[in-house]
Amino acid sequence: MAPGATEVSHAVFDLHMTIFWICVVIGIVVFGAMFWSMILHRRSTGQVAAKFHESTTVEILWTVVPLLILVAMAIPATKTLINIYDSTESDIDIQVTGYQWKWHYKYLGQDVEFFSNLATPAEQIHNQAVKGEHYLLEVDQPLVLPVGAKVRFLVTAADVIHSWWVPAFAVKRDAIPGFVNEAWTRVEKPGIYRGQCAELCGKDHGFMPIVVEVKSKADYDTWLGERKEEAAKLKELTSKEWTLEELVARGDKVYHTTCVACHQAEGQGLPPMFPALKGSPIAIGPKEDHLHRVYFGKPGTAMAAFGKQLSEVDIAAVVTYERNAWGNNKGDMVTPKDVLALKQAESK
Amino acid sequence: MSTVIDDHGHADHAHGPAKGLMRWVLTTNHKDIGTMYLWFAFTMFLLGGSFAMVIRAELFQPGLQIVEPAFFNQMTTMHGLIMVFGAVMPAFVGLANWMIPLMIGAPDMALPRMNNFSFWLLPAAFLLLVSTLFSPGGGPNFGWTFYAPLSTTYAPESVTFFIFAIHLMGISSIMGAINVVATILNLRAPGMTLMKMPLFVWTWLITAFLLIAVMPVLAGCVTMMLMDIHFGTSFFSAAGGGDPVLFQHVFWFFGHPEVYIMILPAFGAVSSIIPTFSRKPLFGYTSMVYATASIAFLSFIVWAHHMFVVGIPLVGELFFMYATLLIAVPTGVKVFNWVSTMWQGSLTFETPMLFAVAFVILFTIGGFSGLMLAIAPADFQYHDTYFVVAHFHYVLVPGAIFGIFASAYYWLPKWTGHMYDETLGKLHFWLSFVGMNMAFFPMHFVGLAGMPRRVPDYNLQFADFNMVSSIGAFMFGATQIFFLFIVIKCIRGGPPAPAKPWDGAEGLEWSVPSPAPYHTFTTPPEVK
Amino acid sequence: MADSIPLKRLVTRLLILVVAMFAFGFALVPIYDVMCKAFGINGKTAGQYEGEQMVDPTRQVRVQFLSTNAIDMVWEFHSKADEVVVNPGAVTEMLFVAYNPTDKAMTAQAVPSISPAEAAMYFHKTECFCFTQQVLQPGQRIEMPVRFIVDRDMPKDVKHLTLAYTLFDITARQPPVAANSGG
Repeated sequence: MAPGATEVSHAVFDLHMTIFWICVVIGIVVFGAMFWSMILHRRSTGQVAAKFHESTTVEILWTVVPLLILVAMAIPATKTLINIYDSTESDIDIQVTGYQWKWHYKYLGQDVEFFSNLATPAEQIHNQAVKGEHYLLEVDQPLVLPVGAKVRFLVTAADVIHSWWVPAFAVKRDAIPGFVNEAWTRVEKPGIYRGQCAELCGKDHGFMPIVVEVKSKADYDTWLGERKEEAAKLKELTSKEWTLEELVARGDKVYHTTCVACHQAEGQGLPPMFPALKGSPIAIGPKEDHLHRVYFGKPGTAMAAFGKQLSEVDIAAVVTYERNAWGNNKGDMVTPKDVLALKQAESK
Repeated sequence: MSTVIDDHGHADHAHGPAKGLMRWVLTTNHKDIGTMYLWFAFTMFLLGGSFAMVIRAELFQPGLQIVEPAFFNQMTTMHGLIMVFGAVMPAFVGLANWMIPLMIGAPDMALPRMNNFSFWLLPAAFLLLVSTLFSPGGGPNFGWTFYAPLSTTYAPESVTFFIFAIHLMGISSIMGAINVVATILNLRAPGMTLMKMPLFVWTWLITAFLLIAVMPVLAGCVTMMLMDIHFGTSFFSAAGGGDPVLFQHVFWFFGHPEVYIMILPAFGAVSSIIPTFSRKPLFGYTSMVYATASIAFLSFIVWAHHMFVVGIPLVGELFFMYATLLIAVPTGVKVFNWVSTMWQGSLTFETPMLFAVAFVILFTIGGFSGLMLAIAPADFQYHDTYFVVAHFHYVLVPGAIFGIFASAYYWLPKWTGHMYDETLGKLHFWLSFVGMNMAFFPMHFVGLAGMPRRVPDYNLQFADFNMVSSIGAFMFGATQIFFLFIVIKCIRGGPPAPAKPWDGAEGLEWSVPSPAPYHTFTTPPEVK
Repeated sequence: MADSIPLKRLVTRLLILVVAMFAFGFALVPIYDVMCKAFGINGKTAGQYEGEQMVDPTRQVRVQFLSTNAIDMVWEFHSKADEVVVNPGAVTEMLFVAYNPTDKAMTAQAVPSISPAEAAMYFHKTECFCFTQQVLQPGQRIEMPVRFIVDRDMPKDVKHLTLAYTLFDITARQPPVAANSGG
C-alpha cells in the first residue's frame, strides 16, 4: 500500500503498517515456537512425549495479552475513523453518481457536470494494440480538484451499487441507488490520482476507472470557468429547434472526431472490419434503425454503443450527417428529441 | 471385536448392504451416505476448481484473451457458490456422517431416512444451478454474495433457478444439521458425557446449531428476492420504498456465521490429528470448547464488518470493529493450544499431520490479514480488493480444504481398510502447499497495490504477480486430480490397515476394525 | 443416550427453531426500518411530521438539495435552488420542478435520503412530493413542494445537511391513468 496524498491516507497507511508489524511479531513468536517443537521434538530424535495438557496460568495469559494488544490497536483506529466521518465545513461539494459503467460528476452550485468514461481503446483491451502505461486507468474527462481544499463527495448511483475508490485519498464509499453517502478529502499535492470501481456492478465492472486531477487553485478556477461556458452552450443546444443544415454541420465535426478512424473520411470504411457508410443499408434505410445502431452499437463488433458516450445533440447530429453526406442524401433528420425518446424506450 | 473382514467390504452381519445401484439410492446407512457426500463434494470441488482455472487463465495476462467479461462474472459467481455450498459444506457433512456415530459409539445417525433425503437433494440442487450456465442470458453473474439490485432488477432470467437451487441446498443443510444435533444429543454411548466428546463432535454440534440458525435466514433472503423479482414487492428496491443495503444486512447475518460453518469442523478434525501425531493429549480441551462456542456467538454480532464502506453511522462502525477484533481472542486461544499440544511431543509427520500443521500456519496467516481487515479505516483501503481475496482463500483453502484433506488421509484407513501410499500422500501435500501459496500469497500484494476483485482485466503494474498467481493456481488445481488417483489407489488395495493405524490415536472410532463394518456399535460400547 | 429428551421432541424443537429463524429473516425488514429511523442509518427519513417547533434565531443550517434520475428516468428533475440557509425550528419550503419530455404519460416515485445520516432523524418533512407518486402527462411540467423543519435539537456540530432525491420511473408497476381521463 502507498502512503497516499492526504492526511487521512497517511493515517490509514500508518495504521496498516502498525498492525502489519504487530502481526509479524506475533507470527514470529507463534511460528517460532511451532518450528522449535517441529525440529527438536520429533520422535526420530528419540523424543518422549510429555504428558501435560493444561495450565491455567498460561491460558489466562494468552487470553489477556492479545486482548491488550487489540485495545492498543483499537485506539488509533477509532481516532482515524472519527476524523474520516467528519465531513463538515467543506469548501467544495461534488456529487458522484455511479452508472453502468461510468462515473458522473456534478460540481454542486456550479452548473458543471459531466460523465467520465474509460478512455482505453478497445484494441488495447483485445490485444490488438500495445497497452499504455495507464491501461484501464484512464478516462476521457477526469474529475478536477483544487489542491488543499476540503472536498465533500456525495456518492450515489443510478442503477446498481458501485463503489468510488481512490487509493491515494483512502476514500472508498459505496454508491447506492436511492441513497446518498458522504466522504471527504483534502489533497496535499497536485497530481493525477487513479482509482477504480470497487463493487461488482455487472459486465464492465473492471472497466470504469476513476481519474482525479488535482490542480493549483488558480488552474482549477480557470478550468471551472471553461467548463461553465461549455455547459451553458450545450444546454442551449439540446432544447433548441434544429434545422437540417445546422445538424449536418455539427454532425460533420462529431463524425470527424469520433467515427472517422474506422469509417473513414469519405464514409468508405475499411472493409471487412469496418463497413462503409456510404450507401450502406443502415445509413440509407429507416432512420430509426440507423439511430438504433449508433445508440446501441453492434455487439460482437468494434461498433460501440455511443448512446452512453455522446450527448443527445451529438448523436442526433452525427446520424443526420451520415444520412446526408457522401451522396447518401436522404434529406431527413434525427433530432435531439428523437434520441431522448429512444433513451426512454431503452429503459422498457 | 472382530478382526479384519473380507476385501469387498461386505460385513459379516446378516444385514449387509443391498446389491447394485439401489444400495446407494435407498441407503439409510450413515457410512454409505457419508461416502456419497464425500464423493459428491469432491466432484463439486473439481468442478468449482475448473471454474477457478478459467478465471486464472483469463487473469494470466492483462487484456481479454479467453472469456468475455460477462462470462467471467459467471465463473467467479459459480466458483464461489459451488466451493462454498457444493464442496466444503457437503464434505464436512460427509465427515460428520461417517465419523460422528463412530466417535460417540452410536449405531447410525438418529434420523437415517431424512439423512438419505438430505443427501439426494444436493445433486438436484447443483444440477439446477449448473444448468443455468447454458440458459440464454447465462447463469448467475452477480457474485456469490449476490447483492441486490444487481441480483434482482438487473439479474439474468436464470436467477429464479438460482434461488430454487439455494432453497434446495438450504433444506438439505438444515436437515443435515438437525440430524447431527439429534445424533449427538441422543445417541451417545453410556458414559460419553458432553465434555468427553472428541472436539470434532463438539465443533460439529456448534456448527449444526449455526446452520439451523442462519440457513433459514438465507432462505428468507432469497425468498424476498424471489418476491421482488416476480411478485412486485420492494424489499430491496429503493424505487418501491425498499433498501438495497437491507439485502446486505440480511445476507451477512447469514454470511458471517456461514464462514465459521466452513471452518469449525476443520478445527475439530485438526484437534484430533495434532495430538495423535504429537503422541500427547490435546492441550486445553475445555478452553477449546469454550473458544469454539464464543467464536460461534461472536459470529452473530460482527456481520457488518463486511459492509464498512456502505455508509454505516460512526457508532455502528465502531461497534462492529470492536466486536470483530474480539474474535481474535478465542481464535488465538485455539492456535496457542495447538502449538502447545505439539510442544514437547514426540512428533512424526505423516500426511494428515503435514496438512494439519500447514492448516495451523496458513490459517494463522489468514487470521492476521483478518485482523487487519477488522480495522475499519484500514478496511477502506482493503475492501473489495485482491487483499480480501487473499485473506479468505488463506482461511478457506488451508482452513477448510486442508482440514478436509487431513481428515481424509487420517480416516482413509478406517474407511477403506487399506493404508494410502504415504509417499504419494506427502507429494500431494507438498504440491498443494507450494501451489496454494504461490496462487494466493501474491494476491496480498496486488490487493494492496490497488487491484479490485472480480475484474477480468487489470493494469500492467499487476501483471507479474497475477502470472505467478495463475501458475500457482494451475499447479494446485492439477494436484487435486493426483489426489483422486491416491484415493482410488487406496480403495483398490494397499497394505491392510489395522484397527488403529496411528499409534498415538485416541477415540472410539479406532476400536472397530478397518474397514469399519457396515454396522457398528449395534450394542453401545461402555465409555469410562 | 442416558437422560436426553426424546428424539421426537428434540426434532420438533429444532424444527420450531428453523421456522422461527426463517420468520426472523423477514422480521429483519421491520427491525431494520426501526433501527434506521432510530439511528438515521442510511439517511432514511420518517413520514409526515405533525409537530411544530419554536424557531431558533441564533443558529443557521445550510440545507443542500440534490436531484438524481435513476438510469431509466428521462424526466427533467431539479430543485429551484441548490441550497437554502434555514433557522432550526422554522418551516421552509422548496419547490422541485419535474417535466415529462416524452409522448407518454408516466409515473414516478422520488426517494429521499439525508446526509450526514446521523442528521436524518432531526429533519422533519411536513409535506413532501415523495409521500405520493407523481403522474405526468406527455410534455407536462409541474412544481412540487417539500416543506420541512430542521429540529432544534440537532447536534450543534452538524452545520449542513444534504437532502437528496432519486427519481425512479415506476410506470411499469403503477401505470398512469390515460391522458383523456384528465388525470
